Amino acid sequence: MQTVKMVVTGPFNAGKTAFIQAISEIDVVSTERKISSEAERVKETTTVAMDFGRITVDDDLVLYLFGTPGQKRFDFMWEILSEGMLGFVVIVDSARPETFREAKGILQTFRAYAPTPYVVAANKQDRDDAWTVEDLRIALKLDRKIKMLPCVASDRESVKKVLLELLYSILEEMKEK
Amino acid sequence: MALKGNLRDFSVTQLLNLINLARKTGTLTLEGPNEAAWVSFREGKLIFAQLGNEDGTLTGILLKSGKITAKQAQLIKSHAGEKSDQELGLMLINAGYLNQHDILANIRQYILDIVYRLFTWIEGYFRFDADVLPPDDRITIRLDLENVIMEGSRRIREWEQLQEEIPNLDMALNFVDRPGANIRDVNLNVQEWKVVSYINPKNTIRQIAKTNRMNDLEIRRIVYGLLQAGLVEVVRPVGMPLPPQARQLPPVNKEQQASLVNRLINRIRSL
Repeated sequence: MQTVKMVVTGPFNAGKTAFIQAISEIDVVSTERKISSEAERVKETTTVAMDFGRITVDDDLVLYLFGTPGQKRFDFMWEILSEGMLGFVVIVDSARPETFREAKGILQTFRAYAPTPYVVAANKQDRDDAWTVEDLRIALKLDRKIKMLPCVASDRESVKKVLLELLYSILEEMKEK
Repeated sequence: MALKGNLRDFSVTQLLNLINLARKTGTLTLEGPNEAAWVSFREGKLIFAQLGNEDGTLTGILLKSGKITAKQAQLIKSHAGEKSDQELGLMLINAGYLNQHDILANIRQYILDIVYRLFTWIEGYFRFDADVLPPDDRITIRLDLENVIMEGSRRIREWEQLQEEIPNLDMALNFVDRPGANIRDVNLNVQEWKVVSYINPKNTIRQIAKTNRMNDLEIRRIVYGLLQAGLVEVVRPVGMPLPPQARQLPPVNKEQQASLVNRLINRIRSL
């Protein structure tokens, strides 16, 4: 049995767990804990180690999706999770500009761990206060060559599109090498 | 779609950079701790600004700049009646009090003074309303934002902001290839020209600073302005080693790798 993995990363409460939940064939193995810090209490629980989802491709190939913990103090997990990944998805909450700076930092950190292909998912595009994908691209200073996709992490079709675009990027990069 | 947030998370400089690069049309409302301001743009050009309850009419602007006295302002207002700023401007030109250049120069300076003050606002909220423009009776101008951003960046004193935007001085700079982004059209001072003359992927920001005998704050402020004005981008210096490669996909053979990715693609499509 062959296994490959992709990593789903992004700031706290960006929608990483929902993203994996939307596509995983198993209930996401989540390591969520109640939030102790008042400052981060925009939701009741948060991922502290990793989320873990699975997509079985066929009898001898399985794709694992790993979601990183969003809170800064658990960032020691990031390097461990990024090892050997096929590519990664950076999820950004389009409606919370206060997290854009952190998203930029996470993106740079993951690029440093492994220069593998990646895409950026502009999550929560169904909300009225969401920034457009083009505005987000400028805010995050993303190069035109990097794929940035509108996304609603709770919607399976939307998540499929993001993962497919990442796989297309991986394929393109293989051809270029 | 809305464009709103807190100035602490997204500064005035960053907002102007966004409006410039996205060539936005509309009005930016800033709510500071003590007053509000409205700044309007057409296709990414600055056209109008209003601060709090200040009298931003043509009469108010001319009075503030000392072009007319308070008595004259009162007289103009009583004679102008319901006239728009455009009509009033024409009336003043025809009467020989002012010429068109005087009027536009005063409006331009008034708008710039407001916008430069906004660069120092670090607390407050912002909202950008697309396609909302100033009232029809106001005179608007058309100013490139690159120069405004450069001047605003010269006024930044927040070390943290500069540090966040340019965390690594061992990176290099390159001129961007963007239509309309021409460094020759921007008003740079001597120090800035010195930096610009060394911009090249071979030179790190640190090397440029050292050559020009600038400290970290000085070089960061100049680079920040050039970045926010959309004139340069940060690049990896020529010769800098790439980060270590991640472990490759399990099958080393290129065809096998492609086949594996295609299997993943087909599976996800079928979900």
